[in-house]
Parts: sequence; C-alpha cells; structure tokens
Amino acid sequence: MSNITLKVNGASHTLDLDPSTPLLYALSDDLGLNGPKFGCGLGQCGSCTVIARGQAIRSCITPVEAVAGYEITTLDALGTPDKPHPIQQAFIDEQAAQCGFCLNAVIMNAKAFIDKNPKASAEQIEHAMSNVLCRCFTHVRMLAAIKRYAQGVAR
Amino acid sequence: MKNPTKNSASKLGGATKNNRAGFSRRDFLKQSGALIVSFSVLGAAVEPALAQFVTGGTPGSPNPSQLDSWIAINADGTVTGYTGKSELGQGIVTAQHQLVAEELCVPFDRVELIVCDTDYTPDQGYTSGSQSHPTNFNHANLAQACATAREALVKLAADHLGVPADQLSAADGAVSSKSDPSKKVSYADLIGNKKFNLTLDKNAKRKPASEWTILGTPVKRPDMPAMVTARFEYVHNIRRPGMLHGQVVRPPTVGATVVNVNDASVAKMPGVVKVVVKKNFVGVVAEKPYQALQAASELKVDWSAGSGLPKFDDFYEHLRTQEPRRDTLLVNSKDVDQSLAQSGATVVKATYHHPYQMHGSMGSSCAVADVQNGKATLWSATQGVWFMRSTAAMVLGMKPEDVHVIFTRGSGCYGINGADAVSYDAAILSQAVGKPVRIQLTRKDEMAWENYGNAIVADERAVLDAQGNIVAWDHESWVPVLGSRPGRNRPGNVITGLLVGFEPEEFAARTPAPEPNRYNNNSNAIPSYVAGNIGGKKQGTGNIASERVLVHNVVSPFWTGPLRSPERLQNTFSHESFMDEIAAHAKADPVAFRLKHLSNPRLSEMVTNAAKAANWDARPSPKPASRKNGVASGRGVSCVAYEGDNGYSAMVAEVEVDQNTGKVTVKRMVVSVDCGPISNPDGLRQQTEGGTLQGMSRALGEEVTWDDQKVTSVDWASYHSLPLGFDIPKIEVVLNNRPDEEATGAGELAITIVAAAIANAIFDATGARIRQVPFTPERVKAALREVAAQRASHHATTA
Repeated sequence: MSNITLKVNGASHTLDLDPSTPLLYALSDDLGLNGPKFGCGLGQCGSCTVIARGQAIRSCITPVEAVAGYEITTLDALGTPDKPHPIQQAFIDEQAAQCGFCLNAVIMNAKAFIDKNPKASAEQIEHAMSNVLCRCFTHVRMLAAIKRYAQGVAR
Repeated sequence: MKNPTKNSASKLGGATKNNRAGFSRRDFLKQSGALIVSFSVLGAAVEPALAQFVTGGTPGSPNPSQLDSWIAINADGTVTGYTGKSELGQGIVTAQHQLVAEELCVPFDRVELIVCDTDYTPDQGYTSGSQSHPTNFNHANLAQACATAREALVKLAADHLGVPADQLSAADGAVSSKSDPSKKVSYADLIGNKKFNLTLDKNAKRKPASEWTILGTPVKRPDMPAMVTARFEYVHNIRRPGMLHGQVVRPPTVGATVVNVNDASVAKMPGVVKVVVKKNFVGVVAEKPYQALQAASELKVDWSAGSGLPKFDDFYEHLRTQEPRRDTLLVNSKDVDQSLAQSGATVVKATYHHPYQMHGSMGSSCAVADVQNGKATLWSATQGVWFMRSTAAMVLGMKPEDVHVIFTRGSGCYGINGADAVSYDAAILSQAVGKPVRIQLTRKDEMAWENYGNAIVADERAVLDAQGNIVAWDHESWVPVLGSRPGRNRPGNVITGLLVGFEPEEFAARTPAPEPNRYNNNSNAIPSYVAGNIGGKKQGTGNIASERVLVHNVVSPFWTGPLRSPERLQNTFSHESFMDEIAAHAKADPVAFRLKHLSNPRLSEMVTNAAKAANWDARPSPKPASRKNGVASGRGVSCVAYEGDNGYSAMVAEVEVDQNTGKVTVKRMVVSVDCGPISNPDGLRQQTEGGTLQGMSRALGEEVTWDDQKVTSVDWASYHSLPLGFDIPKIEVVLNNRPDEEATGAGELAITIVAAAIANAIFDATGARIRQVPFTPERVKAALREVAAQRASHHATTA
C-alpha cells in the first residue's frame, strides 16, 4: 500500500492504495463516482473509460500508479442534468440510449476523439468507435449524436 | 424500508423519495375508515368477473383489483402510478408514464411512477415476453386503473360542484364544468392523499386514441438527462452504510462440486472479511471490491471433475438422439405423411441450425443485499421482483414476507442475464456477514453461467403442387432446455440456486406427444403459412391445410432461458428461410409467394408495406446473372406474426457478399411494424432499430462455444458482438398505427426476422443457402463452395 495522488475532475485526492489497483476501483469505490463502470475488466468494452491528459483510457486495466498526477476527467464532471455538456445534450437530442449502461463508454471515447478530430468523417468516427460496445444496439442514434456533437465542435 | 427507490421516471432515476409524505405505502393500503372516500355507485367487493382484468397477485402484494394499488392522487397535485412492469432500457416506463398522464388528464411532468417494488407495486409477474404493452395498455391493469380513476374523479367532482357528471370534463389535473369553466375543482382537493377504495371498473371507458395528446406522441425519455450525466442510479451504483463487497468462485467446469475450500489461503489478504461456503457455492466478502476480486482469485478451492459436455462439433446431431424427450404436437392434420408420399409431389426439405446465444449484458450483473435481524432487502435488476422475493426467501431460509425486493435498473438484459443469480449471491453473502453486501460478477462468471437462449435444430419439409402452391408443411425440431426463470419456487433454475442445493425444474418426459386439443403457437414453432386448424377452427395466419408441427424438448447441458424473442427468433429463422427456399423451387417472387399463402391481413399488410418501402425488386431468387465471384448484392424478405397474434412485422434486407472472403455486409434494412396503437412512436422506432441491429449481431457473429468441460465464450474476444463502429446498414422503420386494435408486443418484433431476411438476401445475391447461424465468413464460403460444386455438376450433366 502506498499513497497515490489522483487528480480527478479538477480535485486532488491522496489515496492509500496498492499501486497496481486498477484506476476504475479508485474512481468508483474510493471516490464514489458513477460515470466509469465495470463492464468486462479486460479493456474490451469501454464501460470504464475516462479521459486522462486528453486521451480516452480504459480505467479497468490502468494501474493507479500509471496515471498518478495526471488530469483525469470522468463523465460525472462533464455536465449536469440541468446544464449538460454539448456532447451530453447531443445524446439527449438524439435520444441515444436504451438501458444507458454503455453511455459512459460511448460518450467518453467519442469526446476524446472528436475533441482532437472535430472534422472527422463518418468513417473515421466509426473506426474510432470500433472498440466500444452497446448491447442494446443503439448504434444508429449514438453515431448520430456523436456527429451532432462534432458539428458543434467544428463550428 | 419506508422510502421506495424510485425507478426510471424520475429525473434522477434512482433518487429516493418518500412517495407519499408521512405515509408508508403498505400502511396506506391497509388503512380504512376516516380517509376512505366512499362511493355508492361502485361496490368495494371484488367481483369475480374482474378476475380476467387483473394479473398476478401474491399474498401480501397490493391487490391488483383495487384502484389504490395502481393510482394515488397526492395532495400536491401530483399523481403516482404503481406498475409491475419494469424498465429494461426498452422505454416502457416512459410509455406507462404517458399512459397515466393521458388517461388521468394530468401533465406528463406531474406524474411519477413507482416501478416493481414488493412493498409498493402490484404483482404483475415478470416483465417479459413482449407482454408489458398488451398487459398494461389495453383494458385491464394500469390502463383500466387510470380509466377507473378518471371516471371516479369526475363523479366526485359532480357531487362537489353540483353539476351532473356528463357536463364535466377533466383536464390538467382538475375537473370543470363544460359550460362554466369557473366551476372547477382539482384532483388534489377532491381526493389528495386519500384512498379511492374502489375496485377496477371493467366498464370504465378508456380515452379514445383520437383524443390522445400525450400517449401516441414521441415524448422524450425523462431518465435520459440523468443517464447521460452519470446521475442515474443503476443497481451497480447502490451504496449502503457499512456495505461490504463480495465476489464468487464459480466451478471451473460444468458439474464440478466442492471437495475442499482452504480459507487460510486468503485469510491474510488485506480486507478479507469472510469466506462463505454453502454446498457448492463459494464466495468471499471483503471490505473493498478489488480486495474481494483478488481474494476470489487467490482462494484455493479443490473441485471434483466436471460432468463433461457433448462435443461442440456434432452437437446438433447429438440433440436428435437425446433421451429422454418431451414431445409436443402443436398442429396435426394427420394427412402430412400422405401428402409427402403422393406420387409426383415435389417435396422440398431443409435443416436449420441455430446456436446457443447469450444475453451478454454490457455491465456484468450486480446486486446489493442487506440481510440482518431476520429481514432481507434486495436491490435487484431482476425482471420479476415478486418471484425474486419468494425464491430468495427459499435460498435464505426465510419467510417471503421478510424479504423486500426493490427493482433497481441494471444493464440491459434482453431476457435473463445474471441478475437473478447475482441477487442470490448478494443475499447469501450478506446473510453470512450480517451486513449489506454488493457484488458485481466478473465478465467470465457472467458469461459462462447465464441462462442461454436455446440452440435449435429444425427439419422442415413442404410439398408443392404443380401450380406452385404449398399444399403441406411439416416441421420437426429439437430444443434443449434446462432451468429458466426461477418463477415462484425454483431458485435452482439459475446457477446460484443450483450451487446451494436447489434443483432446476424437473424435465417432464413425454413420448409420444398427445394430439393437440387447443391452439398454441408455442413460440412461433407454428409457421405463419399453415392454417393452424384445431378442432375444425383455423387459428393460424396462413392457409396451408396439411400441417404438422412436432417439437422435441431434450435436456440441455447448459442453463437456458428466455433471450429476446425466445425460440420465436430461432423458429422464425428456419420457417422464413425455408419459405424462401420453397419460393425458389417454385420460381416465384418471395414476397408474392408469401402473400399467396397468408390469410392474416395484418401480417400480409406488413409484408406489402415493407416491400413497397424497400422498392422491392419483384422476381424469383436468386438474382439472375449474379456475379460468381467478387462482391455480389441481393435482397431478401421475411416476416412474422409474433406468437401468432402479438404484433406483426416484415423486413427487407439488402446485402453485399464478398465471395472471396465470405464477408456479409448488410447495406439496408427496411422494417414494417404493427403493434396496435402506437404509444410512443420514437420509442417504437428505437426498439425497432435496436432490435434490427441486435438481430444482425446475432445472425452474423454470436455463438456460445465450449470444450469438453466448460463454456469457452467468456469475454468479448470469445463472444462476438458487433461494436459501435461496424458497417451499419441504413435502417428504415415503417410504423403502422392501429388505434382501433389492441396493444400488442413491440420490442421483439424486428429482431425475430433479421436472420432469415439476411440469409435470404445472401441466397439472392449468390445462390448460396446458409442454414446455420451465425453466418460467419467460413460458413458463407462453405455455402458458396457447395453452390459452385452444384453448378459444376449441373454443367457437367447438361454439357
């Protein structure tokens, strides 16, 4: 066990953790965040995605020691139900969810990609989302929401 | 628990709110006397005739024949609805929310719904089988409760205002005089926080669809803002004071039993609280979830050898020879053998194979249990809270009345994922430590032990006459089953129940099958094109008079359970593929050929509408002069009357087949749906789009695999779900509103017909018939080789 400092959603937290603890557990258990979720624990589905230094990473396979000191953003901090972030608003506008469990995966991966590539083509967006799952298969609306967000960023 | 966890309809999802300030719901329903508003018009006694208008009913559950079990008018002017049909992501809670607002004439945002809670909501059984829409949106249950309440409110207002009821109208949560709007009284003033004390009135009139302003409109889901901002409380996010974390250790192979558990192997690991062993159930409880996970992986358990599994490669042949069997004849005109043997008859035959597939929820299943002081509270994503109550009580050795189950939304389940099993896991672990325990299964434990959608092998035979009409249809299938939903008293129907010593429902062998004496569509085992003649009455959707449908159930080596469109999807794949094969034999256009053999106008209209919207290229398949190599394109059609009469749908698929690689790319899907009056067109579109793509994923890639001891589909690398970024076809949904018909199922229509539409399009493109799901490139290439060989031999014989 050792003290690890995580910078999450603009605040610093020093936690006493085994350095190999996956980041997901620190976020959901120690910090009580609901955005990143356990889906597979294998980095395959995207449920646990957070953005670290602008990069979407899979927190279920990322040891806390690897991201100590990095600025980490989770879905919880993007916006609120009353003031949603533009990408969240795009998902509301498109009604792009069924059970909604994968929303963290889809929104966080899409945001990291679009923020760097606002003029991405439909094909590039699909390629960027090719390692994210939604088992309700809300794909059509989610891709439409991502494109809607991209249009706003590109403007 | 005095505060029910509100589900789905509230803006913050699982936010806790006392639904009726100062009252416990259970106490409220038991109250009598001062608060009761009495009516002279309607008696309070339960009328036996009402029995057909209510569902469910469990001792201790709110009486479904009583209006107060469904609707409460609150003193602040809001209305609370209580429903036993839960949100699985399909949007049904939004639609029920619309229903309450519409029938009671209150604004949408003044309605809240309490969903599936054993202390608060009527027992409506499982949320399953495309039954929520027909159950709660017709002339019983929630819809009828709303209509009863509205009429009762108008009658109360008539007394209150001194105006005859027929001169009053309800709007915006108040009743007013049609001629003098100043004569007005609000629902809250009439009955706020008081009981109606009425039985559901079967004669109460539902608002006609022509007057709807909320129902039937694309109302947005109220849970969406909370979901996209991570404020929505899934069962995965439930946190209780003093909560510990569990993990289970499942057997390494199917049938393995515990020989020894070495508690000491983890005793010194940080945070470990307890190792829990109950027969073959093994679990650990720790202070933190990652500690529990690590301890579960380190715990030394000796297991016996497993019972072994049938060979994966010849499993379908294995099914045919399995004993014991349970044989069921669904239709039998007794002349099918004669039709098949007729001299000169053209007999078409084919066999279809459908694999086990899994629910494979995106989030592995999770539950939180608090079992202490003789009481248990479960936060569970089960689709049947009342059945969870009675079966969890059996697992815990408690009385059902001491178990409180609160439905809390989970990851989309599509039938029965691990939600029931993990609820037992949480309960057992919590009971062992006397503290609240949360457990979320590992991906492998979720996938290796869930109740899979059934594998099916189906033989189809048909007889064509000289004019190209089908005159006989013979279907025989083998369907493996084991366990299912636990129901009221079968915890052994899922893995955890078995591990702690409960048996799955016993297999009732029966051979030969008795003659059918009543019509049972039996999960669309009956093809759409046969007459369905039982006792001289045609109850099917087709006109083929010579008909036989025989189903053999055999014992499955794996748990099985309802997976979205259970067996309906598998059966429809074989029927609709076969119909295409017969049409090709008859050199007939697949759409016209279907219409010729259908007798049900709603189903026929769906076929016509889908074909029209797709600009259907009417001609026989395969496509003449289709390319023999490279990329070939084609179109296919399929249709279903879901369960014979619970929704109608047809689909046209357009595909491209790369004949060098065997890769199938679906370019366009046109789907027509008829589920009666449309409650929320956007929700229905969404269900249809999602069902179409989920059906594609299942048709193209999904298959449970195993070795000689265990399931090997244990993660997303070994079980293939189409990701967000695959080549998504253009999906066009054609909605058909039927305001004058009964509401039917909706969520399982599209998915049922996808595989056949794609297989038929592959055939159209290439002349190759693929009869086994999933249509992997290898299987497509094998089918292409077969057709090439046929062409070569045909060429050789005709040359």
